[in-house]
Amino acid sequence: MLPKSLIPGRRFVIGVPYTWLILFFLLPFLILLYISFVDMRGSINPFKPIWDVETGTLILRYENYLSIFRTEEGAPLFRTIYVDAYLRSIWYALATAVLCLVIGYPFAYFIARSPASIRPALLLMVMLPFWTSFLLRVYAWKGLLSDNGVINRFMVFIGLTDAPIRMLYTDISMLVGMTYVYLPFMILPLYANLVKMDFRLLEAAYDLGATPLRAFWLVTVPLSKSGIIAGFMLVFIPCVGEFVIPSLLGGPGTTMIGRVVWDEMFTGNNWPRATALAVVMIGLIVVPLALYYHYTGERAEPKARK
Amino acid sequence: MNSSVPSPASAHAPVPPSPGRIRGIKVWLERHFGKFWLAIVFAFLYLPLLFMIVFSFNSTRQDARFTGFSLRWYEALLRDNRIVDGFWLSLKVATVTGLLSAVLATFAAFVLVRYKRFLGRSVFSGMVSAPLVMPEVIIGLSLLLLFVGSQNFFGFPQRGMLTIILGHTLLGTAYAMVVIQSRLMEMDRSIEEAAMDLGAKPSQVFFLVTLPNVFQAIVAGFLLAFTLSFDDVVITEFLSGPGVNTLPQVIFGYARRGINPTIYAAATILIVTVTIVIVSYAVWVARSTRRREKEIMAAGRS
Repeated sequence: MLPKSLIPGRRFVIGVPYTWLILFFLLPFLILLYISFVDMRGSINPFKPIWDVETGTLILRYENYLSIFRTEEGAPLFRTIYVDAYLRSIWYALATAVLCLVIGYPFAYFIARSPASIRPALLLMVMLPFWTSFLLRVYAWKGLLSDNGVINRFMVFIGLTDAPIRMLYTDISMLVGMTYVYLPFMILPLYANLVKMDFRLLEAAYDLGATPLRAFWLVTVPLSKSGIIAGFMLVFIPCVGEFVIPSLLGGPGTTMIGRVVWDEMFTGNNWPRATALAVVMIGLIVVPLALYYHYTGERAEPKARK
Repeated sequence: MNSSVPSPASAHAPVPPSPGRIRGIKVWLERHFGKFWLAIVFAFLYLPLLFMIVFSFNSTRQDARFTGFSLRWYEALLRDNRIVDGFWLSLKVATVTGLLSAVLATFAAFVLVRYKRFLGRSVFSGMVSAPLVMPEVIIGLSLLLLFVGSQNFFGFPQRGMLTIILGHTLLGTAYAMVVIQSRLMEMDRSIEEAAMDLGAKPSQVFFLVTLPNVFQAIVAGFLLAFTLSFDDVVITEFLSGPGVNTLPQVIFGYARRGINPTIYAAATILIVTVTIVIVSYAVWVARSTRRREKEIMAAGRS
């Protein structure tokens, strides 16, 4: 370890990124939080103070949060458009993560078991689409999945269906698009985990009479648990807030919360509610994340100490 | 692909498959399932790219049947002022973002790896990686509120290129930091100590030993931040002002309207560029790693 006196401008080195983050991460977030508690009624200016200067008291308005969950009369409990959008976002994110796992796990496994000489090339091939424009790759699916598109024509041609299937602007196009975009986020952590696995453990299982499938289920899968969880989180979290994919591949029935925040902000001009929606959205992401850190943090530490 | 597999009948033959053939397929699958799965998923990953490349050369507007080869969409691309202007703006924004992110990320990574104890370290490490998990909608929204607020108070900054760069750099720094941090952690500290023992000043140690050692990672961080910025549409939509449109914004606007092979032409150019950059980066890394190994071996022999 270097003695502190030998490092010049330690304060400077820490100060530069620290100031940057306080200015452009912490401060904006606090403003967001602040506006979510502002009284919307009677004022379009969202910067009306939430503290009473004369009495010196803080007045927090929960109205913006309550309005997210307030149900109109006669409607089912809590099923507002906002709650629906939240639920739909979680459902799409979960379904995408599961699809990515089902497709990505065998894929990562076979890359990890392929000869070491070709592994870098295979990984490069996984990364390459990931580096080309996300927006353009999503747009391509719009053409591929359209009623008269290449995929429908192909399916009719080989006799899979008689007439084109409606895929674009439905759950199908949403899930195809999201799985496509987020698949590398699942493959890479799984690969990193599987490539380190000791395959002699599998041989031992075979020697003890396990069938390949049983050995896979009882040895490989438990050993790669942390990779599965990491991949799941890496797919789930950005999917919840997805904005571009529903805009291009989704229809009126596939609205997700990211879009709702946008509409509330720019179309509805209701800044307090837009920010309140955003704060709840952060909550949706922080909870699984905290669980993840809690879970992996406890398991990783004893290993590191060894 | 499977010419080596003995199969007496063609796959399209209308005869019902015999039990022997089914077993044959099963054996083939068991033996080759790995390759089969890799091929299918790679096909899935590359289908949209291939699709755009093919139909960028189509002679008509439709994208379901190839009607003939033409370069008309590339001509249309060059004549489209919105796209050309957007491209130059995006290039500027992405270059500045990449440089800023690489510098800030190097600072941040250095702080996290080397300074184990300072006031608010956990807050710092939390903040620096938070943009990785924060939805872009929220990053864009909160920065928009900051800029609107700051404009109300100080009359500055006007929404436009500057605000876009600041927003992109927040995201780019977080990503670049991860790359640089992991390289910095792997680095062998003993060579720094050796340099100091030989009388190098701390600044000399940093610029002559540490920096060259992590330079590859800094370049990777720059590329990552550049790409993120060049591609970003969500943060940009929140932070751009009237009349300021980056390339992704223009494309996003076109894309919501319907088929436009001009976009396929743009995509093809981008795919070719990215492929060249990534492959040459990989070759550069492989070469310099090999060279370093050779030097180490030569040093060991002498």
